[in-house]
Amino acid sequence: MDFSFNDEQQMLLDTTQRFLASEYGFDQRRKLLESDEGWSRGVWKQLGELGLLAIDIPEADGGIAAGPVGVMLVAQAVGHGLLLEPFLSSAIVATRAIVQIASDAQCARWLPALASGERIAVLAHDEAGAGIDFTRLGTRATRDAQGFSLSGSKSVVYHAPMADLYLVSARVDDGSLGLFAVAADAAGITRHALRTVDGQRAADLDFDKVRLDADARLGADVGDALASVIDCAIAALCAETFGVLDRILKATIEYSRARKQFGTPIGSFQALQHRMADMLIQFEQARSMMYLATERCSDADAGARRASISGAKALIGQAARFIGQQAVQLHGGMGMTDELDVSHCFKRLLAFELRMGTTDEHLEIYRRGLQAE
Amino acid sequence: MDLAFDAEEQAFRDEVRAFLRDKLPDDIRRRVHLGDGSTIDTDIPRWQKILNAHGWGAPAWPVEFGGTGWSKTQQFIFDTECALADAPPQLAFGVKMVAPVLMRFGSPAQQQHFLPRILAADDWWCQGYSEPGSGSDLASLKTRAELDGDHYVVNGQKVWNTLGQFADWIFCLVRTDSSGKPQRGISFLLIDMKTPGISVRPTRLLDGTHEVNEIWFDNVRVPVGNRVGDENAGWTYAKYLLGHERTNIAGIGANQRELRRLKQMARTLERNERPLIEDAVFATRIAQVELELKALEITTLRVIFAEAQNHAPGPEASILKIRGTEIMQRITELQVEALGARGLIAESPGHDPGEEIPRATETYLNQRKLTIFGGSNEIQRNIIAQMILQL
Ligand SMILES: Cc1cc2nc3c(=O)[nH]c(=O)nc-3n(C[C@H](O)[C@H](O)[C@H](O)COP(=O)(O)OP(=O)(O)OC[C@H]3O[C@@H](n4cnc5c(N)ncnc54)[C@H](O)[C@@H]3O)c2cc1C
Ligand SMILES: Cc1cc2nc3c(=O)[nH]c(=O)nc-3n(C[C@H](O)[C@H](O)[C@H](O)COP(=O)(O)OP(=O)(O)OC[C@H]3O[C@@H](n4cnc5c(N)ncnc54)[C@H](O)[C@@H]3O)c2cc1C
Repeated sequence: MDFSFNDEQQMLLDTTQRFLASEYGFDQRRKLLESDEGWSRGVWKQLGELGLLAIDIPEADGGIAAGPVGVMLVAQAVGHGLLLEPFLSSAIVATRAIVQIASDAQCARWLPALASGERIAVLAHDEAGAGIDFTRLGTRATRDAQGFSLSGSKSVVYHAPMADLYLVSARVDDGSLGLFAVAADAAGITRHALRTVDGQRAADLDFDKVRLDADARLGADVGDALASVIDCAIAALCAETFGVLDRILKATIEYSRARKQFGTPIGSFQALQHRMADMLIQFEQARSMMYLATERCSDADAGARRASISGAKALIGQAARFIGQQAVQLHGGMGMTDELDVSHCFKRLLAFELRMGTTDEHLEIYRRGLQAE
Repeated sequence: MDLAFDAEEQAFRDEVRAFLRDKLPDDIRRRVHLGDGSTIDTDIPRWQKILNAHGWGAPAWPVEFGGTGWSKTQQFIFDTECALADAPPQLAFGVKMVAPVLMRFGSPAQQQHFLPRILAADDWWCQGYSEPGSGSDLASLKTRAELDGDHYVVNGQKVWNTLGQFADWIFCLVRTDSSGKPQRGISFLLIDMKTPGISVRPTRLLDGTHEVNEIWFDNVRVPVGNRVGDENAGWTYAKYLLGHERTNIAGIGANQRELRRLKQMARTLERNERPLIEDAVFATRIAQVELELKALEITTLRVIFAEAQNHAPGPEASILKIRGTEIMQRITELQVEALGARGLIAESPGHDPGEEIPRATETYLNQRKLTIFGGSNEIQRNIIAQMILQL
């Protein structure tokens, strides 16, 4: 049993925190939020220069292989900074999918450009009305002489507007599960750009008989591998969210010390003190579940891995709901404005609950595991 | 970061499991499992003597006083395994409460006399802190001790005294000075329960058990040599006691045992001709509490790890106390719900209504105490607000 972090892990965390503290203040971020693109390619490049886009790439492929714990720490800092750039989408989720599933030649083709920040890739998996498992996947890939023809729709794909490459999951006509690398500018793709509630950029994607070469397919029947990629993605999203929780909780405590009503700081009222004590308890419980999710990323037993990570997402989702709502409440009218951290964090927490399977969906996955014991 | 126990810790756990398998008497194990406290006054000392014979009578004590020298992690493993094996809890008042105070502040004579007797279960200890007018605000206590030669004369009333009906000794907080700040006039006395002038009266609890007592002191003469440390410094010792032995404050093992029992009940009890576990609503409630317990187990290990890195045990223990007790109460609630209308049965003379009846309902009633004693959960939230959040 050991809850310490080694020097490399600590350094990664420090590097990320230092960079965001100087380059990603509230006002700097606010400008990006209101810009047409909604993000900064400059910041992205700098993240690449700092090596942070290569943390989930093996050393043999030129990465720094920081492992799940390194990913957890960087994701936490990224969440704390409310980063708008596609860190999780490209540097963790899509990168991990490539590392885990793609051939050596495909890795050599894509990983260096992803690591440097020159290119951006996203996993296009979620579909409206489908759960996080693969049973209801509607996107189809049909084999033909040159390769495949891809048709279907993907829903609220985070960071798709800035991506060069989509990794699209689809049911292949032989019944296997396929993952396809599709250039964002390929013919037959319609992209409906969206702004999500937490101010990030996303898109609904329609694929209409998109022509793909045979070597656009990553791996063969990738169901198990993709499940593992998604579990690790959820674990990283949990860590990102823990960073948001850290920010919103501290902001609320600070605010309650500074704000005076009835001639005294509102933090001196016991009703609010007990509320904040409960927020802290849920925060610490969320941290423990983040550790659990991180550790289980490398669990070979897929069922146990999914159950623990789903359990973590459910509990952290509940903490996000409670802490977020109470933070707004304790800020009074100021909690309703766009001017403070609190509302921005609040919306990011809401997004967490809705992304990659809702809180209840994951609780149900955990429950089914328990019933099957 | 590594959440799993290492090889050494796992080997230790195996050793504890083997010991419990071989040495915990079946009749005691069974009574603990059934929640049958009818022979608790002999079961607890019997088990303590077995532990002591094995050198495990006081897991947290330093070796020089007869302890094990175990790490905090080992103590956690021991506590957890004991609970999972249905071993009776050690009598905390001696081993975990008065003993650490004696080791730190007691005279050599007190240490030499009392500590071996605690280890060997020769003395049954109880705690006399609370009074009718002094619960959460303990420092306002009024039981008086006045010096008369080489004795104190004690007058007053203590309440909520757990298992004092079996006690040989009581450690008491008494008022020796009323002139200044309440905290500054309290002394810590060890009182022989056979002393004339002490009367013990049962207070019946909501579950029908006789677990607590009122204790009256009427001109009870206590030798000055039975005062621990300095006169009027008792509050310091009481606070020291509170900060001690908190690795098990979350009751992880007991929670895991009751959760295991709940799942077992849900698998065997039927509702609408199906095992209850197949009911999605009920199964989700179990899933929820299981996740909360998992998180608390990791949170507990984090606190233990921090302590091992020489961070003094701090106010984080309040988080463990709040969550651990809330989770236990939730589990016992679900056990009663699992029984449905059968949970109504309080007594069933001449007929055995089944193993979990009426144990589950009695336990639910009894466990309401968890959030009240040991520093109520509201007091714990005050501690978090003041000590951690610094509000
Ligand atoms: C959308 C919106 C519209 C509004 N419209 C109007 C309007 O048209 N006209 C107008 O005059 N005002 C309006 N208000 C202001 C509204 O009445 C105030 O927001 C409200 O009175 C709370 O005051 P506050 O925001 O300063 O919060 P604060 O008083 O600073 O309270 C902050 C937090 O502390 C808590 N708190 C404060 N005192 C205590 C206490 N003694 N014990 C325990 N907890 C305490 C509060 O419950 C809250 O959670 C509006 C507010 C909003 C959000
Ligand atoms: C089964 C059982 C066994 C016990 N065993 C022992 C024993 O062996 N020896 C012993 O000395 N004592 C024992 N106690 C006593 C126990 O320590 C007290 O019950 C406890 O300290 C609370 O005191 P009280 O009951 O007087 O409640 P009160 O202090 O009157 O509290 C009543 C309510 O008010 C709340 N409250 C009080 N102060 C505050 C505050 N500042 N802020 C917010 N809320 C507050 C409390 O949380 C509680 O909900 C036992 C109690 C029980 C129930």
